[in-house]
Amino acid sequence: MKIKSERDFWSGLMFLGVGLGFAWGATFYSFGSSARPGPGYFPFGLGILLALLGAFTLFEALTIETEDGEKIGAWAWKPLIWITASVAVFGYALPRLGMVISLPLLIVVAASAGDEFKPKEALVNAFILTLGSWLIFIVGLKLTIPLWPPFLGR
Amino acid sequence: MDLLNNLALGFSVAFTLQNLAYAFFGAMLGTLIGVLPGLGPVATIAMLLPSIYALDATPALIMLAGIYYGAQYGGSTTAILINVPGESSSVVTAIDGYKMARAGRAGPALAAAGVGSFFAGCVGTIIIAAFAPPLTELAFKFGPAEYFSLMVLGLIGAVVLASGSLVKAISMIILGLLLGQINTDVISGVPRYSFDIPELTDGIGFVTIAMGVFGFGEIIANLGVHISQREVFTKDVKGLMPTKEDMKRAFPAILRGTALGSLLGVLPGGGALLAAFAAYTVEKKMGLKPGEVPFGQGNIRGVAGPESANNAGAQTSFIPMLTLGIPPNAVMALMVGAMTIKGIQPGPQVMTSNPQLFWGLIASMWVGNAMLIILNLPLIGIWIKLLTVPYRFLFPAIMGFCCIGLYTLNNSSFDVFMGAIFAVVGYVFYKLGCEPAPLLLGFILGPMMEENLRRALLLSRGDWTTFGTRPLSAGLLLAALALIVIVMLPSIKAKRNEAFQDEA
Repeated sequence: MKIKSERDFWSGLMFLGVGLGFAWGATFYSFGSSARPGPGYFPFGLGILLALLGAFTLFEALTIETEDGEKIGAWAWKPLIWITASVAVFGYALPRLGMVISLPLLIVVAASAGDEFKPKEALVNAFILTLGSWLIFIVGLKLTIPLWPPFLGR
Repeated sequence: MDLLNNLALGFSVAFTLQNLAYAFFGAMLGTLIGVLPGLGPVATIAMLLPSIYALDATPALIMLAGIYYGAQYGGSTTAILINVPGESSSVVTAIDGYKMARAGRAGPALAAAGVGSFFAGCVGTIIIAAFAPPLTELAFKFGPAEYFSLMVLGLIGAVVLASGSLVKAISMIILGLLLGQINTDVISGVPRYSFDIPELTDGIGFVTIAMGVFGFGEIIANLGVHISQREVFTKDVKGLMPTKEDMKRAFPAILRGTALGSLLGVLPGGGALLAAFAAYTVEKKMGLKPGEVPFGQGNIRGVAGPESANNAGAQTSFIPMLTLGIPPNAVMALMVGAMTIKGIQPGPQVMTSNPQLFWGLIASMWVGNAMLIILNLPLIGIWIKLLTVPYRFLFPAIMGFCCIGLYTLNNSSFDVFMGAIFAVVGYVFYKLGCEPAPLLLGFILGPMMEENLRRALLLSRGDWTTFGTRPLSAGLLLAALALIVIVMLPSIKAKRNEAFQDEA
């Protein structure tokens, strides 16, 4: 068996897996009856439907010829990891270190994901954006965002 | 005249200094993000949602609406000047618009797009004002079965437009519906799919998904493409004024585009993109007058028609949102979310319970459109300059605003982490060629759909035929079925593929 469309093959697999997962999860909740549908009724039906569509996509990916095999192509691992990591680090750091430290951290880490990263530029960018965010979100919109690290005793 | 009274009320709201300022700000910001490729209205509105906590409902919605139509406008500017459609709906504009710009006629092209958009916007506003009240009356006759069927139609309508495989698009809707099931069941109070994480019992925030998938996911995808393919080029724009001949040709196209756009925009899932494609097809079918440039080589009608249509469609797509509370596209879904944040239950009662908001919003659309044309024609030079801002400065800024926005949703890091997860999910979707917009629609409509389905089944004592025996509901379901059949027809399928080929 040969995969005719890589993209559809993996999409189909994803839909099939997620659909079955949700349907399986729904069995833990009361299903009810048609006259009195319980919390598991709707997600179970949807999960099965998604699994069916996934199976169909999978079937098509294995049978219908495509011109170029619809390859997924190379994964952009560097941006994927750096961007995701920068967001997660920001989430972890903000309540602990405040915006003054975590925002520049986010910006510099995120900027390093690009293929034309220049540390000096990133730092200048971080400075401007932190100042701007302080003006917009804290001074202007009066949102409650920790600005300084709590251990500085504010 | 009720219509005039209502509009008068609307204009009295829209013309307060504060609301004018927010309409202006929204329209400017919308144009800005429309001009910048890789940053769409969905991500921007999601980014701004936290800030509307500090605003009243009316200025908040006026601003968000401004972003929406501003983006339509800005998107066409780049489509014409550098062949980069900032928005999906201006894809068609790029075909003839860019050719005109290459021939040194960027000015007339931009003017035709601007004037067409403005005219269409005016007509669209009047149509909303005239048709919203009767539709609202109709909406009060809707029972749960009708609402359910209408949402089915809306969701199907939305994917008919998605590029690529229809099955995949429908799968994405269902995936969205399922993600919407992560919550506490409203009827029984049972938390579902929460994995004992307390934050998940409130459900995933749609802003989290929107930012993760549309904001971060797109950034990762953009960074994955080599610089050489990302670079944009600027051009000089000289001579804004179209000739008399230009106007004579463009005007009928503007009229046709507006009519088509207003009509298609009202349909659930119709909206701006379909309107633009349809208008271009109509203009092509009208044939050429002697001495006219062929289509695809810089015909002004190919710019004026689709541009008017997409603006009219963008305008009238507010109708289902305002009257029924059902969003026809992802941007409207965010507007519904914004209303909910401000404690307004979207639906037919908005018009009577918040007439200031309802009519103020409608009037502000006209004001916003007027501002756009006055501001943008002289400002085109500045927008072009903006395109020279390198992406390496732009994307960290987007990241910063998104992350702060995520945190302020609930003042907790949890939403930031969820955003990171959806960044990965969004990139996977991009790689697998799965369009994320239907997912967001499904996600927003999921809980509403479930509630109406279960209520309808309760009322009919478990009889599924209730959806087919109630005439309104049956009609809506039949329309949904017809849409699928039409898209599946071989001849239409070929056309649809052809239309989306230009997008790739």
